[in-house]
Amino acid sequence: MTRLYDIATARAGDKGNTSNIAVFVRDPAHWAAVCDQLTADALRTAYPALFRGPVTRYVIDHLHCMNFVLEQSLEGGVSDSLNLDGHGKSFSFLVLDLIITLPDAGDLEGDAP
Amino acid sequence: MTVRKRDGDGDRIRIGCGAGFANDRIDAARDLAERGVLDFLFFEGLAERTLAQHQLARAANPEAGFNPGLIRRLRAVLPACRAHGTRIVTNMGAANPRGAGLAAVALAREMGHAGLRIAVVEGDDVAHLMRPETRLTEGGVLADIAQPLIAANAYLGADPIADALDACADIVITGRVADPSLVLGPLIHAFGWSRCDWALLGAGTLVGHLLECGFHITGGYFADPGRKEVPGLAWLGYPFADVRADGSAVIGKLDGTGGLVSRETVLEQLLYEVGDPAAYLTPDVTADFSATRIVQTGPDVVAVTGGTGRARPDRLKVSLGFGGGVLAEAEISYAGRGATARARLAGQVVTERMTVLHGCTDLMRMDLIGVASLHATAQSGPDAQDVRLRIAMRTADPQMAETLVHEVETLWIAGPAGGGGARGRITPTVMARSALIDRARVTPRVEVLVA
Repeated sequence: MTRLYDIATARAGDKGNTSNIAVFVRDPAHWAAVCDQLTADALRTAYPALFRGPVTRYVIDHLHCMNFVLEQSLEGGVSDSLNLDGHGKSFSFLVLDLIITLPDAGDLEGDAP
Repeated sequence: MTVRKRDGDGDRIRIGCGAGFANDRIDAARDLAERGVLDFLFFEGLAERTLAQHQLARAANPEAGFNPGLIRRLRAVLPACRAHGTRIVTNMGAANPRGAGLAAVALAREMGHAGLRIAVVEGDDVAHLMRPETRLTEGGVLADIAQPLIAANAYLGADPIADALDACADIVITGRVADPSLVLGPLIHAFGWSRCDWALLGAGTLVGHLLECGFHITGGYFADPGRKEVPGLAWLGYPFADVRADGSAVIGKLDGTGGLVSRETVLEQLLYEVGDPAAYLTPDVTADFSATRIVQTGPDVVAVTGGTGRARPDRLKVSLGFGGGVLAEAEISYAGRGATARARLAGQVVTERMTVLHGCTDLMRMDLIGVASLHATAQSGPDAQDVRLRIAMRTADPQMAETLVHEVETLWIAGPAGGGGARGRITPTVMARSALIDRARVTPRVEVLVA
């Protein structure tokens, strides 16, 4: 069990009421596991009260990164939301809080290489 | 008749970013202008809502309505730009590119640059084409919005910018244009790219997208102590790109500036505010970033290739701004044992009085800063002993906004024990929506003013 924070970085932005959260896996060895587990469904079900609309995932395989487009996820968007962070800029760290199961020896905090 | 002037060394031009948002730093822009030996310097300064706010300013004063810091920024960079032959492109003309152009003419004369050519690009204002039945991208039609429409601006592309540079403009000032077009326009001009060579336009759009947020690619918005270190974060340098006629680029920053340009900083910006990376829509092209290659070739030097594209969209995005509302925010802090419970009780008191006594029907949001605020909608946090209650409300009724701030203020005396640091503020707001318009209905206009 590894927190995404320990193996990936993320950056979030907004367009109207749509949030986009890009996730970048730092070590290619972890890419397959993240790709399998960090699906659009996984993200939507992790924070259902916040991510209320369709979630689409775009993958750029050779760069080991993925982009989530989350519709209706900004409480109306920066001009409507009452959230202090109306842009959802801090959503990157919501995603990085999720857990990924890496295949046995790949667990970062686990066995020595 | 346009006059084409080639820039750079023929096969390579250097373009730098000197602002990634409306109020970005000026000291680093001056440094880049002075030491960067740039062919082009651009300032990006329009967010989705910014233009509507400038429309309000222009309504109050016909000479206003452009970025109030633009002239200060030009004053800082103009001597170096004139010395190096660097031409400036910016969308900080906002709701009044002509007003900004006239102010720039006055500045150029004052600074001894008589003869400076300043192009203004207009035609993005399409408010006269909006109808009650105009469909909104978000759903519904324009007439569904009760608040008054104060701005409707179509996103123009690189063409009028390239035209202005072809006409030997030293400074190009636009209103609403797509951010990457601020870079693509100079590239089209400098390399004589065909305006329907989608692969090159896509490659140039990629360079524009990477540079448009300024510090975002030189270590800004990246640092996370212990995990992602950024040297000299207080002294970030703005980025520049050395672009070749085939659309490939090398991203860098000045020696001696803080921050870093790395594979990771470039990668994080690559997907920033992007939807489908294979179909990034601009007025110029349907850009495709999905085959981008990013290679770090040296310290703070990153090569970017592989941007491409397909035919441009037939319709342009129009950003709409509706006025008339305010955002009221009021806060008070509780600390020590039981702080979370006292803050929560304070929020209940305010909510009850607003609804029962004052008949408020506007939605109120209550955050406990220090317990759960930014992510409160997603998850709740643990109890804390240093908590700030924030209550926020949007309303069309300024009196109700005042009432909310007042009710929080009365917690000084009448709320739970130990409250301190009450503050409140009321901010006029613009509500943003968008629409699409056939590009044939939008006609960009370029005029060159001479100082």
